[in-house]
Amino acid sequence: MLEIKNLHASINGKEILRGLDLTVRPGEIHAIMGPNGAGKSTLASVLSGNQAFEVTKGEVNFYGKNLLELSPEDRSREGIFLSFQYPVEIPGVSMVNFMRTAVNEHRKYKNLEPISATDFLRMMREKKELVEMDNKLANRSVNEGFSGGEKKRNEIFQMAMLDPRLSILDETDSGLDIDALRIVANGVNKLKRPDNASILITHYQRLLDYIIPDFVHVLYDGRIVKTGGKELALELEEKGYDWIKKEVEEK
Amino acid sequence: MENKIKIEGSNFKSPSLGGVGEASYIDLYKSNHESIKKHSAPLMNNLRDDAFALFEELGFPTKALEDYKYSDLKEPLSVDYGLNINRLPIPVNPYDVFKCDVPGIHSYLYFVVNDAFYPVNDPRNSQLPEGVIIGSVKQVAETNPELFKDYFGKLSSTKQDGLLAFNGAFAQDGFFMYMPENVVLDKPVQLINIMRSDVDFMAVSHNLIILEKGSKAQLLVCDHTMDEVRFLSNRVTEVFVGENATYEHYKLENTHVKTTNLSTLLIDQSDSSTVLGNVITLHNGITRNTIEIDLDGEHCETLLCGMVIGDKNQQVDNFTSIIHNKPNCNSQELFKYVLDGEAKGGFTGKLYVAKDAQKTAAFQTNRNILLNKSAKMRTKPQLEIYADDVKCSHGATIGSLDETAKFYMQSRGISEAEAKLLLMFAFTNDVIEKIRIPALQDRIKLLVEKRLRGELSKCEGCIICQ
Repeated sequence: MLEIKNLHASINGKEILRGLDLTVRPGEIHAIMGPNGAGKSTLASVLSGNQAFEVTKGEVNFYGKNLLELSPEDRSREGIFLSFQYPVEIPGVSMVNFMRTAVNEHRKYKNLEPISATDFLRMMREKKELVEMDNKLANRSVNEGFSGGEKKRNEIFQMAMLDPRLSILDETDSGLDIDALRIVANGVNKLKRPDNASILITHYQRLLDYIIPDFVHVLYDGRIVKTGGKELALELEEKGYDWIKKEVEEK
Repeated sequence: MENKIKIEGSNFKSPSLGGVGEASYIDLYKSNHESIKKHSAPLMNNLRDDAFALFEELGFPTKALEDYKYSDLKEPLSVDYGLNINRLPIPVNPYDVFKCDVPGIHSYLYFVVNDAFYPVNDPRNSQLPEGVIIGSVKQVAETNPELFKDYFGKLSSTKQDGLLAFNGAFAQDGFFMYMPENVVLDKPVQLINIMRSDVDFMAVSHNLIILEKGSKAQLLVCDHTMDEVRFLSNRVTEVFVGENATYEHYKLENTHVKTTNLSTLLIDQSDSSTVLGNVITLHNGITRNTIEIDLDGEHCETLLCGMVIGDKNQQVDNFTSIIHNKPNCNSQELFKYVLDGEAKGGFTGKLYVAKDAQKTAAFQTNRNILLNKSAKMRTKPQLEIYADDVKCSHGATIGSLDETAKFYMQSRGISEAEAKLLLMFAFTNDVIEKIRIPALQDRIKLLVEKRLRGELSKCEGCIICQ
C-alpha cells in the first residue's frame, strides 16, 4: 500500500531524511526505531503533509497515488492517519464538533451523505469505549486541559473514528504510564485488520511488548540501516544503538 | 422588493441643510430649534440649548482627539443627511416588515423607527409586570416627569464629547424602560432600531433605562437597515442600575455597509449591582461604540464583552471605559475581533481606579486575528490606577490563525477552509458563551458561522436582503 523510495527531506535547509526506503503491505505492523535526531518524526511529518518540511527528492506512493502531491486533508481522506507526538490543543472547538466535521469530510470524499446524528453518537460511544475514554473529555474542547495520557488516548480514539488504512503512531508511548500504555496499545490492537497497516515510531522497546510488530527498522542518519523481526527491538533495548552506528560507519 | 413601502409626497429632509459639516447643523439648530423643541418634551428641552452651546464649541470629534484616534468619522459626518425634525410619521409598520431573526427568543418586542419610538405594542407581547413602563422617552417625559427628571441627561450632559452634545441638541425621542423595585422580567426586552428612508438620513435618539433596587432586566438591541441609502445614527443610552439590580445589555449590529452607527452607552451602577454588556458587530459600515460604565457603588460586578467580524472596508471602534469609583468591585472586559479584507478595527480599554477604590479587581483582554495583511487593528489599554490595593491586568494581542492547530485539523481530513472557519469560530466562542439568553446564544452562534462562511453579507431580517 505504501512505497517510499529514496526519500530526501529537509527543514530550514537542513537535510534530515537522506534516501529512505520503506514498503508497507496491508496487515503489517512496522516499528521504526532509532536514536534521537535520526529523522523518525520527520518521516511522520512528511507522510502527513506538514508544510514545514520540504521533500527534495524521492517518491512516496500510497495505493498507486503520489502521496506527496496530495494536501494534508486529502492524505487523511485517502486513509492516512498520524497520531501526533504532541497533540495540539484547540480551545473553543469541541471534540464532538471536530470529530463530526472530520467524519463528514471523509464521507464527502467518498460521495457519502453526512452521517446522521444518531449514527454519529453511536459511533462516538463505541469508539470511546475502545480507548476507555471518559465521556466528559468528548464534551470538552479538543485536547484542552487533557493530561498527557488523555491526549494520547484521544489520538487513538480519533484513529478509531476515521478508520484509516495506514496509521502512523509517532512516539505514542512517550509520556504514558503503564496503564495508559496498555489502554492505548489495546486500542491499536483491536483496530488491526488484514486490510490495514501501522507504522509505530518509537524510541523504546516498551510499546512493542504490547503491540507485536512484523518488522523492526532502525532509522539512523536519515536512512533505514537495518531491518529485522521483533527480536531486533529486544537486541536494541539490550545493546543500545552504538553497535548499529558502528556497523554503518564501517560500511 | 414588493413589500417595500413608498413614502409618497412626504419629504423627510424637513429643512434642507444646504451645506454639510458642523456649520450647517449649527445653522439648522439656530433656525429650527423651536420646531425641535415643539416636537419633543419640555424636560428634554431643558438641556437642549446647553447641549447645543457645547456642540458649537466642540464640533464633531476628529482623529486628532486622543479618544477618537481610531475613529475616522470625517467622511460619514459630511454627508448631506435629512433629519426628521418635524416628526413626520414614517408610514411603515415594523411588525409587518420585520421578522425576528432569533427564533424562540420570546421577547417583549419594541421598535424605534429611525429615531421615533413606534407607539404600537406588539399584539403578541404578554402584559408587562405591574409597574414596569416601556415606551417613548418623549411621552414618558410628559406623563411621568417625576420619574424622568432625576435621570435624564445625568450621565450624558456632563461629558465633553461632540457626539453626545450633538445628541443632546437634536434628539427628540427614544426608548424608555422603567423597572420598579424587585421586579424581575421573565423574558428579555427586544428593541429593534429600524432605519427606513428614501433619502440619506440621520437618526438621533436618546434612550433612558432605569432599574430600581433588586430588579432584573435583559435588553437586546438590534440595529437593522431597510433601505440602501446612507444612514447615520447617533444614539445615546443612559442606564441607571439600582442597588442589587441586574442589567444585561446585548447589542447586535447587523447593518449594511452604507450605515454609520455612532452609539454611546452610559451605565451607572449602584451598590451590589450586576451588569453584563455584550456588543456584537456582525456586519456594518462604520461603527463607533462608546461605552462607559461607572461603578458608583461597592461590590458591583461588571462584565463587558464584545466581538467584531469585519471585512471589506468596514470600520469598527469600540471605546470602552470602566470607572471604579468605589472599593470592592470586580470588572472584567473581553473583546475579540476577526478582521479580513481592508477592515479597520480599534479598541480602547480605559480603566480608571479612583484613589479610594481599594480591593478593586479589574481584568481586561483584547485579542485580535487578522486574516490578511491589509486588515488593520489598533488596540490600546489605558489604565489609570490611583488606589494601591488592587488587582488589575490587561492583555492585548494581534495575530493570525494558529498554524499548528490548522494542520492538526487538516491531518484529520478537515479542509483548510473549514479548519480556518472552526478556528475563527472557536476564537469568538468565549464571547458568545457569555450571552445568558439561550435562544440568542444559539442564534448568534449560527449567524457568526454564516458570517464567517461569507454567507451573511447583509442583515437577515431586512427586506432588502430577502
